[in-house]
Amino acid sequence: MRYLPKSPVERQEMLAAIGAKSIDELFSSIPEKYRLREALKIPGPYSEAEVIQYFKERAAENAAGYTSFLGAGVYNHLRSVVTDTIIQRGEFLTSYTPYQAEISQGTLQAIFEFQTLMCQLTGQDVANASMYDGSTATTEAVLMAQRLTGRQRVLVARSVHPEYRDVLKTYAKNSGLRIEEIPFTASGTVDAKALQAALKDDLAAVVVQSPNFFGAIESYAPLAEAAHAVGAMFVVAITEGISLGLLRPPAEADIVAMEAQSFGLPPSYGGPFAGVIAAREKYVRQMPGRLAGQTTDSEGHRGFVLTLATREQHIRREKATSNICTNQALCALAATVHLTLLGKEGLREMAEQNLAKARFALAELLKIPGVRRTFDAPFFNEFTVELPRSVKIVNSHLVREKIVGPLALGTPYPELTKHALVCVTETTPRAEIERFAGALKRALEQPV
Amino acid sequence: MNEKIKKASRHTNQNEGLIFEKSSPGKRAFELPPLDVPAAEPAKALGALHRKEGIKGFPEVSEIEVIRHFTRLSTWNHAIDLGMYPLGSCTMKYNPRVNEFVARLEGIATEHPYQPQDLSQGCLKILRLLEKCLLEITGMDAITLQPAAGAQGELTGLLLIRAYLQKQGDPRKKVLIPDSAHGTNPATAVIAGYEVENIKSGAQGQVDVEGLRKLVTEDVAALMITNPSTLGVFEQRLPEIAQILHAKGALLYMDGANMNALTGITRPGDLGVDVMHLNLHKTFSTPHGGGGPGAGPVAMKKILEPFRPVPILVEKENGRLALEPIRPDSIGRVKAFSSNFGVLVRALAYILAYGPGVRQATEDAVLNANYIRKHLEGVYELPYSLPSMHEVVFSDALQKKNGVNTMDIAKRLIDYGFHPYTTAFPLIVPGALMIEPTESESHEECDLFIDAMKSIAEEAATKPEIVKTAPHTTRVRRLDEVGAARKPVLRWKPAAPRSTAAD
Repeated sequence: MRYLPKSPVERQEMLAAIGAKSIDELFSSIPEKYRLREALKIPGPYSEAEVIQYFKERAAENAAGYTSFLGAGVYNHLRSVVTDTIIQRGEFLTSYTPYQAEISQGTLQAIFEFQTLMCQLTGQDVANASMYDGSTATTEAVLMAQRLTGRQRVLVARSVHPEYRDVLKTYAKNSGLRIEEIPFTASGTVDAKALQAALKDDLAAVVVQSPNFFGAIESYAPLAEAAHAVGAMFVVAITEGISLGLLRPPAEADIVAMEAQSFGLPPSYGGPFAGVIAAREKYVRQMPGRLAGQTTDSEGHRGFVLTLATREQHIRREKATSNICTNQALCALAATVHLTLLGKEGLREMAEQNLAKARFALAELLKIPGVRRTFDAPFFNEFTVELPRSVKIVNSHLVREKIVGPLALGTPYPELTKHALVCVTETTPRAEIERFAGALKRALEQPV
Repeated sequence: MNEKIKKASRHTNQNEGLIFEKSSPGKRAFELPPLDVPAAEPAKALGALHRKEGIKGFPEVSEIEVIRHFTRLSTWNHAIDLGMYPLGSCTMKYNPRVNEFVARLEGIATEHPYQPQDLSQGCLKILRLLEKCLLEITGMDAITLQPAAGAQGELTGLLLIRAYLQKQGDPRKKVLIPDSAHGTNPATAVIAGYEVENIKSGAQGQVDVEGLRKLVTEDVAALMITNPSTLGVFEQRLPEIAQILHAKGALLYMDGANMNALTGITRPGDLGVDVMHLNLHKTFSTPHGGGGPGAGPVAMKKILEPFRPVPILVEKENGRLALEPIRPDSIGRVKAFSSNFGVLVRALAYILAYGPGVRQATEDAVLNANYIRKHLEGVYELPYSLPSMHEVVFSDALQKKNGVNTMDIAKRLIDYGFHPYTTAFPLIVPGALMIEPTESESHEECDLFIDAMKSIAEEAATKPEIVKTAPHTTRVRRLDEVGAARKPVLRWKPAAPRSTAAD
């Protein structure tokens, strides 16, 4: 087998050195009756060419060649080949968590740079080395607020990504948390009156997302003020990081939970991505996950180490701030390289192109009879429209024209049947937006 | 240079500051195609929501500077691609490059989790085949591929147990965890709403079955056990342990971190395990990437199947595959968007490359660990003498006499060109040296490692200072961790005057 660096003779020599007659002898501690007598029934062995062939065949059964208008937490953005070149360097790809600092300075400095970039983007003081994804980061942010306030009640905007709320509910069930939801207004943003009415001094956190699941941008200040008035933490979730190239950062937040997928990571059918938790410095000792810190070596040189590990499971066991161990380090590295490539101007320009293209797309769609905008709040690269007929039926027509249509909102939001969430990024050419509008118009003209 | 250091020699090492320190306004490393629609006026479109001033301190550098920056940083890391990485319980095996290639294919990396399932049959077939392979390898009945890593797999497993017991009327109070377990086990049990009861290992480092019998009451939901244990020893009485638990209505959870010792040889499902997770970034070769991403599928017996996290992958009558979002008894979602799909692709590529021959990988892993044990026994103290599987745990008891501890030996190993083994774990071995070579090491590399360990033992006896002050050849010396934690500096901030770029 090509991955195994031993010849049959070497195996015999090593067995002889051990003093074992056969390899089976090394497994003698496994009771005989539990040892497999037959070969595993799995396909293979495949040569490298056959492995590639298998996956190419599967790839051909997917949506390659279609133009997509899906976003909803997973976005298509331009990615430089440089990012992949760097993260495929064996020194990054095939190294472990940097516990041995002296031979892990590359990973550690890159994490430190990642933490810095995340702070700059979010307007927060400290950021961790990554969580699994935006959904678990949001959940961990709520658990952090629970620890910080000692309170159990949490208000979550219904305009937070439905799957993020699902994950929070799964974790909350056994953590003593009580989750209540805040409705959205006719503008698509958090219903501030409903929030006010729900405020009480038993509140641990108020959780909002911006741009929210409908693409609407929230105004942080009044929401933060409301949360702070009762001593609750204001938690902001961000699924579309590119928006921060143009939007004011959630500086009013106590904790920010972000998905970093937009920073150079492909959609990859849902993962792996990278979650981020950023917060005020005074809360750092209640943060989950790894942190890289700057220090000096015994000769006074600058270096980096994993720090504040007494928060973590390998030291604190059942008293840890989280059970997270493996995180999404290589994805965080990809985000670091990607954001470094984009730089200040590149990020701003990418964000501006998203804003311009989404506005162009909305204008094109609104020219179609019967299509109207659902919400009037400002948006970034996603918006919601109401169609005169079922989104699913419309989408089945679009697929025939090699278009993956917008997300139907009826399942997560029964009151928004016939409403669709449209995403347009810098990767969508004008001609494709126009082709989409044309195809949508035709789909709506089809006899029922 | 010490002539005994055969594997490593001197090497130029470039200095490199933080990327923020190289930044200069107006430099760019990325250009977008021109905008082909009318530009939006952000100030007008966004009003008060607009970040007019841009992001303060964000880097502005050119492409060559980005390449050099991260390439220089990379040269400061040790990696499997450079040599043996014998971190016990981490299974640092070769990460096949074809896995990276297939995970990046157009039609794989490009797919959106919300695209129509009719246009996702390729992705779903990959998931289905991986499910089948992992079920065959573990001997279990059902599986979820959703958890993002081992610790999340543990949580999923305990939530399954909780939901199952709840359905019978009482989720129970306690989870039993041996004192040799990974830290994630107790941390996870608490998130699942359980009290942790730590149980002491027996004289040979295994679960004390007679003691366990007394501890398993109607309050106990489960025992979480790692097999082979963190000592690298197979829990021979596991079927009996399962019976003890089952007799009281409790379940057996197996931490599959050490599955590299069992794959193709024996199956946890046959041993009485009710639920377990796998670390695909260990046993199934997906790269650790400096700390992640991983994937932690959870395999289970039929009784737990109704509680699996949604969405559930199902085969329709017409042969099509579908993800179903609703199951009345499901524990819910543990992660958005189905799974760390790209990691699952890599794991399946690994399994297909071996096929049933994956047994050979297990055999070689166990052969390497025993070969190293044979040669280092006596040179280092072996606190528990039961047969080793895929890893061997020594202690620093002999070297302690000269004031040299496991961390010193580990740091000295760096000078010899090796990544250290796992130190200070498991907790039941004071001063542990936990060595897991994996199947990826040749006879020659194992010999070099043995020579290095013997040489360090000799140094510890004759000139302990050189060991205690190691490493001597790295770009930084031992770092001040206490200072780092006391006054944490967790991000770069612009300094005035501007700080120098090099160290």
